[in-house]
Amino acid sequence: MRFIDEFRDGQLARGLAAAIRQAAHADRDYSFMEFCGGHTHAIARYGVSDLLPPAVRLIHGPGCPVCVLPIGRIDMAIRLALDAGVTLCSYGDPMRVPASAGLSLIKAKAKLGRDKETTTTAGSAPACGEIRMIYSPADALALAQRHPERQVVFLAIGFETTTPPTALLIKQAQAFGLSNFSVLCCHVLTPSAMASILESPEVRRWGTLPLDGFIGPAHVSTIIGTRPYEFFAEEYRKPVVIAGFEPLDVMQAILMLIKQVNAGQALVENEFSRAVSRDGNRKAQQLVADVFELRRSFAWRGLGELPYSALRIRKEFADFDAERRFGVGYHTVADHPACECGAVLRGVKRPQDCRIFASVCTPENPVGSCMVSSEGACAAHYSFGRFADVAAVRTTSTASTASTADQRAVAR
Amino acid sequence: MNGVRKGYVRPLDLRHGSVDMTHGSGGRAMAQLIEELFARHLGNRFLGQGNDGAVMPMPPGRLVMSTDGHVVSPLFFPGGDIGCLSINGTINDVAVLGATPLYLAAGFILEEGLPLADLARIVESMARAASAAGVPVVTGDTKVVQRGAGDGVYITTTGVGVVADGDDFSGDRARPGDQVIVSGSIGEHGMAIMAQRESLGFSASIVSDTAALHGLIAAMRASGAAIRTLRDPTRGGVATTLNEIARQSGVGMMLQESALPVQTEVAAACEFLGLDPLYVANEGKLLAIVAPEDAARLLAAMRAHPLARRAALIGSVHADEHHFVQMTTTFGGRRIVDWLTGEQLPRIC
Repeated sequence: MRFIDEFRDGQLARGLAAAIRQAAHADRDYSFMEFCGGHTHAIARYGVSDLLPPAVRLIHGPGCPVCVLPIGRIDMAIRLALDAGVTLCSYGDPMRVPASAGLSLIKAKAKLGRDKETTTTAGSAPACGEIRMIYSPADALALAQRHPERQVVFLAIGFETTTPPTALLIKQAQAFGLSNFSVLCCHVLTPSAMASILESPEVRRWGTLPLDGFIGPAHVSTIIGTRPYEFFAEEYRKPVVIAGFEPLDVMQAILMLIKQVNAGQALVENEFSRAVSRDGNRKAQQLVADVFELRRSFAWRGLGELPYSALRIRKEFADFDAERRFGVGYHTVADHPACECGAVLRGVKRPQDCRIFASVCTPENPVGSCMVSSEGACAAHYSFGRFADVAAVRTTSTASTASTADQRAVAR
Repeated sequence: MNGVRKGYVRPLDLRHGSVDMTHGSGGRAMAQLIEELFARHLGNRFLGQGNDGAVMPMPPGRLVMSTDGHVVSPLFFPGGDIGCLSINGTINDVAVLGATPLYLAAGFILEEGLPLADLARIVESMARAASAAGVPVVTGDTKVVQRGAGDGVYITTTGVGVVADGDDFSGDRARPGDQVIVSGSIGEHGMAIMAQRESLGFSASIVSDTAALHGLIAAMRASGAAIRTLRDPTRGGVATTLNEIARQSGVGMMLQESALPVQTEVAAACEFLGLDPLYVANEGKLLAIVAPEDAARLLAAMRAHPLARRAALIGSVHADEHHFVQMTTTFGGRRIVDWLTGEQLPRIC
């Protein structure tokens, strides 16, 4: 496949791996945070860590939109469908995130299906909500156009990449004069989360989270450019390399970061020059500015309440704001007491450090959001990388079973 | 004077008519539907017995039986439809156990309002598939549910076959050292359905691979290779099927990503949708676990058959108490190929 296979080439990867080994000084460690869940997924999916020397450590960051959504936000979406009787449209991943009262969107969907059946047989037809999985936000708008009798709400999540499409959707809905379409806006901002990590006591005070630089998400920068990261490089002396989501992009970014660290530099570099510029996409930025404004504060899972870290819909588009239209408010709900998603999202713990990882909490029965999304650190490690945990246990044990020998043989 | 007049029965309107509740009532309308549609296309001497079941001769050997419900949406898709799918799918389930498929039964759940033209197209497709495979539908059942309670038509088929004593392709026979072979490029059925579904708004020239595999399996057995296990990787794809075998046999596996045959169009569509071809359903492919010394011989025999021209050796079996299926990626790293989580593609077969 052209323009895909080139970025997954094993031979190039081996070349880059050799360059990284050569560049990494033997007398120090390098800890880089890949901010985005897309990078976390690519690293696990292609086994990038296997190609890195032990001195280079990758820390998973908070850049997974589904993971950082707190329980209270999912509850709002569920309440809209259950209580307000709307047709709630969501991407697939948020559907499985555990919410309050043992519910999730997917469980609420099944419940609504049952209620509908019982009410139909009783002969009455009250406004019954519905939850639908969609692939594109445009599907939600089309649904609202097809069903003027239903109130359609789109659960809009994501970082800066997914914000312009939502803005466009709202503008279109206004142009069409739709009175039955609105958006539950949960769009969040990358630089705020990055600042929160850098300001955390683990990084600043205790030094328990060594952090030598960031791999920045390229798709976010196609919109916002590389400029917003210059502050981090200057203020916190942390190099940032904006990188694409193919495994070779990630490897290249690691090499660039190592070179900066060795040279004592802290610059914003752009590995993804094939689509990212310093200023980003001005047109998309304008579109977002037309429709959205900063929220004073927004609750993130794991990071807590962060000031000016998310967007809400401007007053001029209030008709399309589901929070205003249906009067649903956010209520804080505590995470499961054993769940370490918060610490995992801050990079303080690894998925395998969580007590319930792979025992109570699995992709089939996720307890926390990081086990839900394929971009979540826990799901990525569970689905692709947990063989390494076994190997680690094995090598420390004295018993060398036939299976380990076999595994090693196969690995070679 | 006239005697008793033979009543005129207006034939089914296969062009404009549709299924209504009387077609499942057990009365004349149902008898007519069976006669003019099901018996006409699927007819054979066993079905012609006209009883609620069929009495058939049975060759010596052990009886193999398998059943499969089909709820695919849309009913018609590039490369096939629910009709041929329901025949091939059940034949394959019987055949991968090493059995010669002999007879099929078919149960239809029709939704009120289904155009008779669509039903006729589906039944004709079943008839063609059954006839091509040489496995007759010997008995059946028809029920009609109210509009909204079904989705056009659901078809459950049950197959029986016989397997000779000693032949055993059960999933618990994989041993360390064995080789893993796939009979061709993967993920075509699932992606053909996905491309067809309106909500995706993109189309690709991907065609379902639905096919009956008993001929291929006969050729594989004729090669004399020591086949341990055969299985068709339908829902959940190659990844899920290999995990099933690994668990049943209590072993681990290591795949080579670069060896996996995937059509460019399928790879592109998967990339676009964020899917992994390893988890996408196949309806005309099989996985074979074979003794290492016979792998080359089996591969050659498979490639000589029209349904397995792109057969490939994709990995090997090793001892692993955790029963992990792992893969060396094209990138040079290693990862787990886990069980499918959640519902990747609903209503795929």
